[in-house]
Amino acid sequence: MSNSQKKNDFRPVGAVVGLGAWAFGFMLFLYLPIVILVLYSFNASKLVMVWSGFSLEWYAKVFDNADIRRAALNSLIVASSATVCATVLATLAALVLVRGGVFRGRGASMTIIALPLMVPEIVTAVALLIVFAGTGLSLGLGNVIIAHTTFCIPFAFLPIRARLEGMETTLEQASADLYGTELATFRYVTLPILMPGILAGAMLAFVISLDDFIITMMVSSAGGTTLPVYIYSMIRQGVTPEINAISTLLLIVSSVLVTLYWLVTRKQGAER
Amino acid sequence: MMELTTKPVLRRALGLGPALTIIMLFMVIPVLVMAVYSFLEANPFGGVFWRFSSAGYTQFLFERDLADNLAFSPDYLIIIGRSLFLALVTTALCLVIGFPVAYFIVRQPPQNRNIWVFLITIPFWTNQLVRTFAWIIILGRNGTIELPFRWLGLLPDDQTLGLMYTDFAIVIGLTYAFIPIMVLPIYASLEKLDFRLVEASADLYGSTFESFRRVIIPLTKPGIVAGSILVFIPSIGAFIQPDLLGGGKKLMLGSLVQFQFATARSWPFGAAVAMILLCFVMLCLMWYARTARRAGTNSGMGGHV
Repeated sequence: MSNSQKKNDFRPVGAVVGLGAWAFGFMLFLYLPIVILVLYSFNASKLVMVWSGFSLEWYAKVFDNADIRRAALNSLIVASSATVCATVLATLAALVLVRGGVFRGRGASMTIIALPLMVPEIVTAVALLIVFAGTGLSLGLGNVIIAHTTFCIPFAFLPIRARLEGMETTLEQASADLYGTELATFRYVTLPILMPGILAGAMLAFVISLDDFIITMMVSSAGGTTLPVYIYSMIRQGVTPEINAISTLLLIVSSVLVTLYWLVTRKQGAER
Repeated sequence: MMELTTKPVLRRALGLGPALTIIMLFMVIPVLVMAVYSFLEANPFGGVFWRFSSAGYTQFLFERDLADNLAFSPDYLIIIGRSLFLALVTTALCLVIGFPVAYFIVRQPPQNRNIWVFLITIPFWTNQLVRTFAWIIILGRNGTIELPFRWLGLLPDDQTLGLMYTDFAIVIGLTYAFIPIMVLPIYASLEKLDFRLVEASADLYGSTFESFRRVIIPLTKPGIVAGSILVFIPSIGAFIQPDLLGGGKKLMLGSLVQFQFATARSWPFGAAVAMILLCFVMLCLMWYARTARRAGTNSGMGGHV
């Protein structure tokens, strides 16, 4: 603490007493609930809140539970399919919007792509439910994949656009000068440079899809339960450490992916 | 490169088309259809009858009594009021807690700032349901907060502090869920702030408090407004927190929509509630656009000075 205080000496104006303590307290507020949740997942007791010794029993129960396995598989299918679709669509759109020059409808296109970020989830959920029910479109998991693709597009789009905006066109011009065809230039020059952005976008889309609950709950049909929807039904039925165990696993997956995303984008920032 | 100049229209259509089509088909059109549904007659078995009816909206104010007369009923107005109130309290709490944190990060050496931002974002990307569940363990009966009271014998076994299923629990849950998106925009605008202006304020014998009130806060207003809106919108439409921490009895607009579609089978009313929710969102975005525009013109003038 004192070390960082010393480094701040170059900016002595506007110092506020207790700021470090406040920030530290904030971090406790942010992480303590998660730590408590994880700790209780190792509780031997049947009741979450009564500690009776360390045990991995609940993790064994989670892996033993066929319903959880099916829900996890559904989550994986939905998240991977939605991620691939959303990332491809977002990449194409970003190429046009960043590289395509100025054209009519460019601003409107940006707004439409950002729409899923602005409309409250519950509104999207029931609007989709109405349309799926009204048209009789029922593709099982397909409905969920369509819904997830839609709201994942902006999340995939933002990092890809950021990467494209920071990219010079010199290498592509060089490739064209060397008689590289347009396709070859795209395949061997543009795409490899853009890859970190695409990867980052795909990871965000995957995390968002994996964690979605409200929209999935509304549009999924019987048998199309994903992990968050299953966890919700478990919580409604009563609190057991099994929920802590499955929650911990889900937390680990999300945190690892977000950390990877951070590392990829940080490297990107350093290159520039 | 030749092709690029000859067929730009086709290229744009091929590139943008798929993404825009998906969002139009599965987001914009469904919301429009929902708007139409809010003016239809409810089918008690779910879905609607295709007959015009304003019942979806009059239901907010009136209730049909046993004699089939419309009687004024404030129940739903109370839910709107509660949603607005809880969302506002959440936003204010996030701002009061979050602003000093953003300020703290900006005063760290540049190489350390990223790691702070990263640590604040991680919980935001993890599952909201799971993070809300954590608060059930903390606030609930025999939960983490009640534990020391029980040990000390201050709380008999048959009693509880009654923290769960209250507005307080909902606000804590909402604040916990959305505070990262308050800190980040404020941090972004603080980072752009020219600290020489703060020095100037100090040179002119402004106290730290004065510098905050007259320099730092006005100049970071776009970040404050952006953060407030980013917290307010998901808070007012929240479903998970009122459902799990409010016990499903303290309804908010988001949970009311869900209830109408999933349980009460009154789709037009649910659609009408969703439309009202959308109106609040629209108002917020318009307010944001106005503030952003003003900030833009202000900084333009600052450039001339």
